[in-house]
Amino acid sequence: MALLDVKNLSITFETPDGDVEAVKGINLSIEPGECLGIVGESGSGKSQTMMAIMGLLAKNGAATGSATFNGQEMLNVSVAEANKVRGADVAMIFQDPLTSLTPHLTVGQQMREVLDVHRNLSGAEAKKLCLDWLERVRIPEAKHRIDQYPHQLSGGMRQRVMIAMAMLCSPKLLIADEPTTALDVTVQAEILDLMANLQKEENTAIALITHDMGVVARMCDRVAVMRHGEYVEEGQIDALFHNPQHPYTRMLLDAMPRIDRPHEAAEVTLTQSENILNVKDMNVKFDIRVAGGLFGKKLPLRAVDGISFDLARGETLGIVGESGCGKSTLARAVLQLVPPTTGSVLWMGRETAGLDRQAMKPLRKDLQIVLQDPLASLNPRMTIAASIAEPLKTFQAELSSNERMHKVAEMMERVGLDRNMINRYPHELSGGQNQRVGIARAMINRPELVICDEAVSALDVSIQAQIVALLKEFQTDMGLSMMFISHDLSVVRDISHRIMVLYLGRVVELADRDTIYTNPIHPYTKSLISAVPIPDPRIERTRPRIQLPGELPSPLDPGAGLRFLPSKRHCDPNYRPQLNEVAPGHWVAEHDSLEEIMETEARQLAS
Amino acid sequence: MLLNRNAVSQLEDVPIEAVKGRSLWADARARFFRNKAATASLFVLIALGLFALFGGLLAQYERDFVDFTLIGSNAYKGVPSIETGHYFGTDSSGRDLYARVVQGTGISLMVGIVGALVAVVVGTLFGASAGYFGGKIDNVMMRFVDILMSIPFMFVLILMLVIFGRSIFMLFVGIGLISWLDMARIARGQTLSIKNKEFVEVAVATGVHPLRIILRHVVPNLLGIVIVYATLLIPSLIIFESFISFLGLGVQEPNTSLGALISEGAEQMQYGLTWQLYFPIAFFVITIFAFFFVGDGLRDALDPKDR
Repeated sequence: MALLDVKNLSITFETPDGDVEAVKGINLSIEPGECLGIVGESGSGKSQTMMAIMGLLAKNGAATGSATFNGQEMLNVSVAEANKVRGADVAMIFQDPLTSLTPHLTVGQQMREVLDVHRNLSGAEAKKLCLDWLERVRIPEAKHRIDQYPHQLSGGMRQRVMIAMAMLCSPKLLIADEPTTALDVTVQAEILDLMANLQKEENTAIALITHDMGVVARMCDRVAVMRHGEYVEEGQIDALFHNPQHPYTRMLLDAMPRIDRPHEAAEVTLTQSENILNVKDMNVKFDIRVAGGLFGKKLPLRAVDGISFDLARGETLGIVGESGCGKSTLARAVLQLVPPTTGSVLWMGRETAGLDRQAMKPLRKDLQIVLQDPLASLNPRMTIAASIAEPLKTFQAELSSNERMHKVAEMMERVGLDRNMINRYPHELSGGQNQRVGIARAMINRPELVICDEAVSALDVSIQAQIVALLKEFQTDMGLSMMFISHDLSVVRDISHRIMVLYLGRVVELADRDTIYTNPIHPYTKSLISAVPIPDPRIERTRPRIQLPGELPSPLDPGAGLRFLPSKRHCDPNYRPQLNEVAPGHWVAEHDSLEEIMETEARQLAS
Repeated sequence: MLLNRNAVSQLEDVPIEAVKGRSLWADARARFFRNKAATASLFVLIALGLFALFGGLLAQYERDFVDFTLIGSNAYKGVPSIETGHYFGTDSSGRDLYARVVQGTGISLMVGIVGALVAVVVGTLFGASAGYFGGKIDNVMMRFVDILMSIPFMFVLILMLVIFGRSIFMLFVGIGLISWLDMARIARGQTLSIKNKEFVEVAVATGVHPLRIILRHVVPNLLGIVIVYATLLIPSLIIFESFISFLGLGVQEPNTSLGALISEGAEQMQYGLTWQLYFPIAFFVITIFAFFFVGDGLRDALDPKDR
C-alpha cells in the first residue's frame, strides 16, 4: 500500500483578480522508502501541492480532493488532527534554513520542543536523542553546537539542523521543498548525500520538490514533472531522462545547462594583444566590527585579496566561486562602485582606480552591469521604457524625446520585448521579461564591457537558457566583452571563453572553459566540479565525488587562506599562495596534494 | 549552438501569460476604496473643503458684522435658527457664528495643509539628501535636525508671535519650521534602505548624476510613506494651531480659526450659550477624525506587504 496517496487534488486561491487554480486535479503516490522528485518551474504548483497536504495553505487557498497518509485523510482536517501526523510521521524541510529556525531559541531548545510535543520526551533523555541526531547529520562538535543560536551556524549547518529536527521522530515521509536551492554547490552535494543516506538507513520516503534536474538525477527513484498545476509526465528516473515523452520535459532537459556538455560560447575572434581591461593585484578591504573591548574592535576583511587578470575584446570571462568568495565585490571594484583599496585597474590602457565620480562618468558609457534580481534592479515607480531610456539621457542628452523613444522601442524588440509594453511597470512583467529590460538598459549605449553579476541565477531554467542565448547574440553582434559572474559552474561554462575560480578573495585557478573541466588541477576546483549535479542519472550516480572535509572557513580567520596549502601554515601564516602557469593560459595557485590536505584536516579535528 | 537554438526556439512557443496592466497607484486606489471608513472620511473631507470655500455664500451676515441689537440678549435672540439667518446662532459679540465657522474651518484646513506641504517638500528633500549622501554630510544635516528638535518650539513660537506681532503669516512660518523635522527623519531612514537597492546601484553604474538619482529614483519610492505621514500630520498641525489660538496667540480678530472659536465658546459655556462651543467643536472633531481615517486608509493601501 502506498504511504501517501493523493487523489484528484485541486487547489484554488482567491485573489482580487479572481480565482486562480494553482493545482488542477493531480494524483500522486509515494511508496515507503521511495524518493519521488517533483520538478517544475516557478508557478507550477509543486510547492502548493505539498503545502496543502501538510495543511499549510495560505488563508485564501482552498484544497479539494483527497490525500491519505497511511489511510488517514490529511486534507481539510482540524489542526489538532493534523498535528498528530505533522512533525511525527510527516516532516518537512524548507528552502531557507535561516528563516525556518526560530532566531531566539537555541538549536537544542527547538529540537527538544519537537520531542516534547510528539513523543512526550524531555530532560536528559531528550537531550541525548537530540545530540545523537546532530551527530548523525554530521555536525562537528555537536555537544557545543546544541547550545548555539541559529545565527551562529552557517547555511549548510542550519539545513543539517533542520534535517536532524525533521528526523527526530523518525518520520515515514520527509517532504523537502527546494532543500538545497539557497546553498552553495559543495554544501548542496553534502546535504544531498546526507538525505540519500537517511533514506537508505531509516527507510524514509522522500518527496523532493526542486527545479533542478541535476538534483533529481542524483536523488530520485521516480519523477513527476509539473507545469501550470498539472502533471505533464511521470515515470521511473531512467526512462524519464533517457526517453522523455512530453515536449515540455524534453525542453526542460535541453534547456538545463550541463557542465559535461556545454553549449558553444559566442564565436568571436580573440586577439590577445587587444586587452581592454587589465586588473593588477587588486585588493578590497572592509573593516568589520567584531566583539572585543568596550566598543568592539575592527578587523580588516579582505573581500578581494590580490586578484590580477586581463580581459580581451569580445571575450567572456566566467568568474565562479561560492558565497563570500568576493566575486561580486570584484565586479563592483572594477566598475569603481566600491573603491579598490590598492591595486590598479587599466581600462583601455587608462588607470581608473581612484578616479572620482566626475572623471569616471565618461567611462561609464562603456561599462555596464546586469544584476541578479531582475525586479529589484528596476525602479518600481518608473515604466520600463523610462528605465531603458535612462542611460540615453545621461550620455546622449542631445536626443529629442521622440528619437529616444524610437531607440528604446528598437532595443525592446531587439531583446524580445513587445513594443507596446513600453508603458508597463516592472511588477507587471515576469522575471525573465524584467531581466530583458535590464539587459536592454545595459546594451542601449553599445557598451564595451558588460558585467553580469548572477544575471540568470534567479530565473527558471527555460528562461535562463533564453537569456544566455540573448547575451551571446549581443556579444557576436557588438563584439562586447563580458565578465559573467555566477555560483553555477554549468551556466558559466556554457557562456564563457575562460573561467576564473575564486576562493576567499583569491584566484585558485584560471584556464579556458574546456581545460578547467577536463583537467582541473587545484583541489578546490576539482571538488567544485564534482559537486555540480549533472541531469543524467547514469552519469550522475557513478561519478566520483571529491569532498573537502570541514566547512568553508570564515574569511576573517587568519589561517583560512592557507586551507589548501597547510604545509606553509607553520612557517608563515600570512603567506598567500602564488599563481603558477602550468600550461599556456592555465594558471593554478600553489597547493598541497588532496591527501595531504585531508590528513591535516583530520589531524586538526582529532586534536 | 544548434541544440541551444532549438531549445530556445521551442521555448519561444511557451505562451507568456498575459499580465494585466495594473499600476501601483491603481492597485492602491482599489484597496483604499475597499476601506469603508476611509472612503466615507474622504467624502467628508471633500464636503468640509467645499464648506470652507463656498459656505460663505449661504451666510446671511458678514462674519465681522456686529449685530448690536443682540448684545445682552444673546441667550434668547442669538440661538441657532433658520428664521433669523443665524444658522449656528451668534457669538458673544453678536456676530454670525455660521460665517465664522466657515472661515475658521478654512483657516484650520489651510494651516494643516500648508504645514504638511512644507513638511513634504522640505522634509523629504532634506532627509533624502542626507540619507543618500551619507557619511559626514548625513551627520551634519541630521545633527542640525536634532538641534532644532531639542529647542522647545512652543516657547519659540510664542516668542516669535509676540516679537513680530500676531499674524497668520507668522503662524505659517512657525508651523512650517517645525513640521518638516520628523518628516526629514522618516525620509532619511527610508532612503538608507532604498539607496542599497539594486536599481540605485545600476543608476550609479550608469553614471546618473546624484541629484537626479535622488529626484528620480529615491524620492518617488519614498512617496508612499511620505503621503501617509503627511495625512497624519495635518490633524496634529490643526490641533497645534488650535492650541496656539486657544491660548490667544494665533489668528487675530476679526479673523478666526476653529481653535479661537472653541476658546471663545468655552468662555460662554457658563452662561448656557452652549451652541457657541458645540458647532466649532463638532467641525473640529469631524475634520480631525476624517484626516486620521484617510491617513490610516492610505497607509493600508500603500503598504506593499498588504497586497
